[in-house]
Amino acid sequence: MNQRSRAIAAAVLLPVISVVAGFVVAGLAVALSGSDPFQSFYALFQGAFINPRALSETLVATTPYIFLGLGVALGFRAGLFNIGAEGQFYIGALFGVFIGYSLHGLPAIVHILLALLAGIVGGFLWAAVPGILKARFGAHEVITTIMLNYVAFALVNFLINNGPMVDKSSSAPRTPYIDPAAQLPILASGTRLHAGLLLGLLAIPVVWFLLDRTTIGFRIRTVGFSPTAARAAGISVAWTILATMGISGGLAGLAGADEVLGVSHYMPPSFSTGYGFDAIAVALLARSNPWAMLPAALLFGALSSGSRFMQFQTQVSADVISVVEATVIMFIAAPVLFQWIFRLRRAPAPPVKIASETEGAAL
Amino acid sequence: MTLAALGGVISERSGVVNIALEGMMLMSAFTGYVVAFQTHNLWLGVLAGVITGLVIATLHAALSISLLVDQIVSGFVINILALGITGVFFKGFLQESSVAGPGVLPTWHIPLLSKIPVLGPILFVHQPITYAMLLAIVLVQFLVFYTVWGLRTRAVGEHPLAADTVGINVYRVRYLAVMLSGGLAGLGGAYFSLQQIGQFLPNMTGGRGFIALAAMIFGKWKPLGAFYACLLFAGAEALSGRIQISGVHIPFQFLGMLPYLLTIIVVAGAMGRAVAPAADGKPYRKA
Repeated sequence: MNQRSRAIAAAVLLPVISVVAGFVVAGLAVALSGSDPFQSFYALFQGAFINPRALSETLVATTPYIFLGLGVALGFRAGLFNIGAEGQFYIGALFGVFIGYSLHGLPAIVHILLALLAGIVGGFLWAAVPGILKARFGAHEVITTIMLNYVAFALVNFLINNGPMVDKSSSAPRTPYIDPAAQLPILASGTRLHAGLLLGLLAIPVVWFLLDRTTIGFRIRTVGFSPTAARAAGISVAWTILATMGISGGLAGLAGADEVLGVSHYMPPSFSTGYGFDAIAVALLARSNPWAMLPAALLFGALSSGSRFMQFQTQVSADVISVVEATVIMFIAAPVLFQWIFRLRRAPAPPVKIASETEGAAL
Repeated sequence: MTLAALGGVISERSGVVNIALEGMMLMSAFTGYVVAFQTHNLWLGVLAGVITGLVIATLHAALSISLLVDQIVSGFVINILALGITGVFFKGFLQESSVAGPGVLPTWHIPLLSKIPVLGPILFVHQPITYAMLLAIVLVQFLVFYTVWGLRTRAVGEHPLAADTVGINVYRVRYLAVMLSGGLAGLGGAYFSLQQIGQFLPNMTGGRGFIALAAMIFGKWKPLGAFYACLLFAGAEALSGRIQISGVHIPFQFLGMLPYLLTIIVVAGAMGRAVAPAADGKPYRKA
């Protein structure tokens, strides 16, 4: 086997084995909790692919994972750990839903684009804050993004529960419905599958191009590789950090707006079920490679939609996918563990490098 | 919460970032409750909580110290793992059971001292874990700053290579620190299920582990500082509860943001620079 095919085999093999290991561990947990793991996972599979509308629901759940995974991966490439995708997702949805319900009479295409753009702006601004804090003061982005998540939840909670964005005609706390013109078109009638999926598919080559074929992409990768070298080469590390965080947040914000325009058409205070956190697993599973984001997002989309049916069918908690998720990340992030278990002579892939070595260790 | 924050202090002083506090507390709250429920003995439950914290912390240590997993990734893994496992087992075992729980730990009136006017009821009429917390603050402060062990731990957190050169076993120091941190977080977790409400609910810690992390940073990586920060944050929480009831027109959510905003301000270097241990977050690989 030559070098290249070996590399490809390793790139495919590691995630696949990780996922299998994830199911083994989760299966053990299910068995210990007194249910049949095989039956449960069969129900999971049914709920993700086989049942009527299962596939479309899986694709609906896949869409935000693509954007969010790309956003988190972009951060990784610059050595930044954006744990704030969840918060940026919320703020993006907030901006998107605001444009969605407050404007009327626009042509659909204009309205949709405006609302999506608003989502990008929202996520961009929210993520720019930790970007600036890191670039200017060396504040560690992990801490600031975690904290900003909670600030975002509280802000959204205020605006939608007892603030100016409440729909007064509704008894449940939520924003008004968006204008019909702002709704993303449905791709297949009778399903919730919306045009956002196409946008997600489009975002993959765009992010790949940005990373691999543009100057900013080169700067991002250089800063991720070594901030010292980047600085020596005349790259402004501060600006690159700010831009990376901003774009990363913009993608997360886009995911939020897309979810509002495509699926819910309004925004409740508890909008996401941890999409932004799962996205970290998606990005790690895809090893920050934009092209690999599609299968990774699809897997998490399937887990997320399948687990609902599984919980309904077998009484096994949908939380079991968190166990799968945790095991998968553990395997992906610990090549040493992997080698140790499978007695491989060569490391299948370089270890996931995230935290930049020299920048802001203030954690 | 203070207990977890103290745990955070020890771990980070040795150079291991511990964002897994949340997961450790949740797991411990769960096992503590289950054991207390099964054995009808609250103390065994507390013990189980502490042991769970230790076990989970060992996992964090193994992943991040021995297997060189990024410490944040490792902590993140533990948090979702805790959420998943407690969720699955909660649904499997606890949800259907309508039997009354094991109750909560008793309130201890310290003889004589609790009779002091004003101060007595504030300081000496508490449930056991609260006393344990007060004790732990003093103990950790002492251990970290006035003992050889503390000095070594801090040395490893600042400059592991230098510490290694003078013969300190970096791995052992870090393992011990992370495990201690887990034990404290475990006790903190048992607080939720066994002292506060006598019940386990999914995700009952609800982000307190992160507030603890915030408190630790706000307290500038010092045990006493972390405690003051926790007092401040708890005060803000209580105040926001009061405001909600009293109907004053300040949205309570803004007070809820306070700990997070303050932490952001502190890590950004305002209000006196918060300096983390220099080697915090960096894996150490013996050459």
